Amino acid sequence: MKKLINDPRAVVDESVEGFGLAHADLVTVFADPKYIVRKDAPVAGKVGLVSGGGSGHEPLHGGYVGLGMLDAAVPGAVFTSPTPDQILPATLAVNSGAGVVHIVKNYTGDVLNFETAAELAQAEGVEVRTVLVNDDVAVLDSLYTAGRRGVGGTVLVEKMAGAAAERGDNLDAVAAIGDRVNQNVRSMGVALTACTVPHAGAPSFVLEENEIEIGIGIHGEPGRHRIPMENADGITDRLLEPVVSDLGLASGDTVLLFVNGMGGTPQSELYIVYRRAAQQLAAQGVTVARSLVGNYITSLEMQGCSITVLRLDDELTGLWDAPVHTPALRWGV
Amino acid sequence: MGLDVNWALRWLTLSAQAMAEHREELIELDRPIGDSDHGENMDRGFKAVMVKIAEAPPETAGAALKLTAMTLMSKVGGAAGPLYGTAFLRAGTALGEASDIDAATLATAFQAARDGIVARGKAESGDKTMVDAWTPAVDAAAAAAGDSDVFKVLVAAAEAAEAGAVSTDPMLARKGRASYLGERSIGHRDPGAVSSALILRAAVGAAE
Repeated sequence: MKKLINDPRAVVDESVEGFGLAHADLVTVFADPKYIVRKDAPVAGKVGLVSGGGSGHEPLHGGYVGLGMLDAAVPGAVFTSPTPDQILPATLAVNSGAGVVHIVKNYTGDVLNFETAAELAQAEGVEVRTVLVNDDVAVLDSLYTAGRRGVGGTVLVEKMAGAAAERGDNLDAVAAIGDRVNQNVRSMGVALTACTVPHAGAPSFVLEENEIEIGIGIHGEPGRHRIPMENADGITDRLLEPVVSDLGLASGDTVLLFVNGMGGTPQSELYIVYRRAAQQLAAQGVTVARSLVGNYITSLEMQGCSITVLRLDDELTGLWDAPVHTPALRWGV
Repeated sequence: MGLDVNWALRWLTLSAQAMAEHREELIELDRPIGDSDHGENMDRGFKAVMVKIAEAPPETAGAALKLTAMTLMSKVGGAAGPLYGTAFLRAGTALGEASDIDAATLATAFQAARDGIVARGKAESGDKTMVDAWTPAVDAAAAAAGDSDVFKVLVAAAEAAEAGAVSTDPMLARKGRASYLGERSIGHRDPGAVSSALILRAAVGAAE
């Protein structure tokens, strides 16, 4: 294992500490228990947004704390959900009295820990609504599994629910925007290589030199199947097709196309994937009105990408375009 | 003679030792069907339990288990934190203020722990989870409680949990991250069932 770290057990502590130093103008970092809040939280009259999850997916979630997006992020250990003793103070810190929305990726650990924290927050008089993100179409049989996972769509839910909160929507309205984004977004990923959790010291799974995993999760959990390596266009088609069909996209639809890097894939390759996906959507009469290309929800140093498609309407487009000022996303300000 | 607070404290100490000794093994079990974090999380959680106990030694077994619950819930993370947290909370509540735990009370506490895990995680027997260690352990403990020998209850629970952990090998996972593997989860042992068996075996050691 070759990594730019000092101590495998101090990776999250030291990384979050550095994050706080680098973005002291935008966020305040609390060390124990660990959570990150927007500098000016709680914002008077505004619904608070809290998300969190295992570390190793940076810039998710801490990178999205700031104006127009999250009020707090709660980082767990690498690939491990955060705990209620972190989620609760983060929730209390961003509650201005207007209530708090928890944005939770659908993983068993995240769901159980956020559920417990929401109960505790409600016992302290804070209204909490939970938006569950489960956009990963790679999970075929959601009845006999823990259900579809939350992946790339999470970034879009956080952006648009954040914009809704910033414009002054109430608690139920912000949660409803989050749910609406989730209902209209689908994703699918691919791994070319595995990733190594620092404290585990060895790769989470093994892919042969000429093998890729279609439908990979963001912790290296398996997807639909392993196949021999193909070219970028072929892989793009394999990811895009199930996304388009599950979403039921039709000619005349308008979408946001998001090509996400898993951490170890160069931007240039992501644009090769974007090129093919945009061409395929255009050929089906779908208008790509907005785009996002880069490393926004990663899996440590994994090589690979995911394709996320969100069906847009005028309101969601407006919420996407709304000003945002966070360490990882910034426009309009 | 029944079990007391000293048994509970030894149980937690031996559990912490077991998590430290089996940290790598649990990580290895978790690698193919999970996310390689179970051993690390359990080791970190029980180390934190030891610190909490040293800070303010509990005076009853029930209080010791409740302190364990709160610590695991706040330190372990993942699914295991809330699940073990709920298990120890329910078991501690079942023991109440008892200073002399008899066989029937112990069997009831184990059942309360299992019911808590099921309520939180919503897993059923055969889903390839820690429930597959706990349910046979609870059944064996209830059967052994008839003899009114608390040590026999502990041994019966531990042996059944160990067999239960082994029984997860051929199961198809239906809960947690392992469920995403589908057929590929078959042939692997569930790490949560193994850590459960280790904890129940530590309970025996604490009474020896």
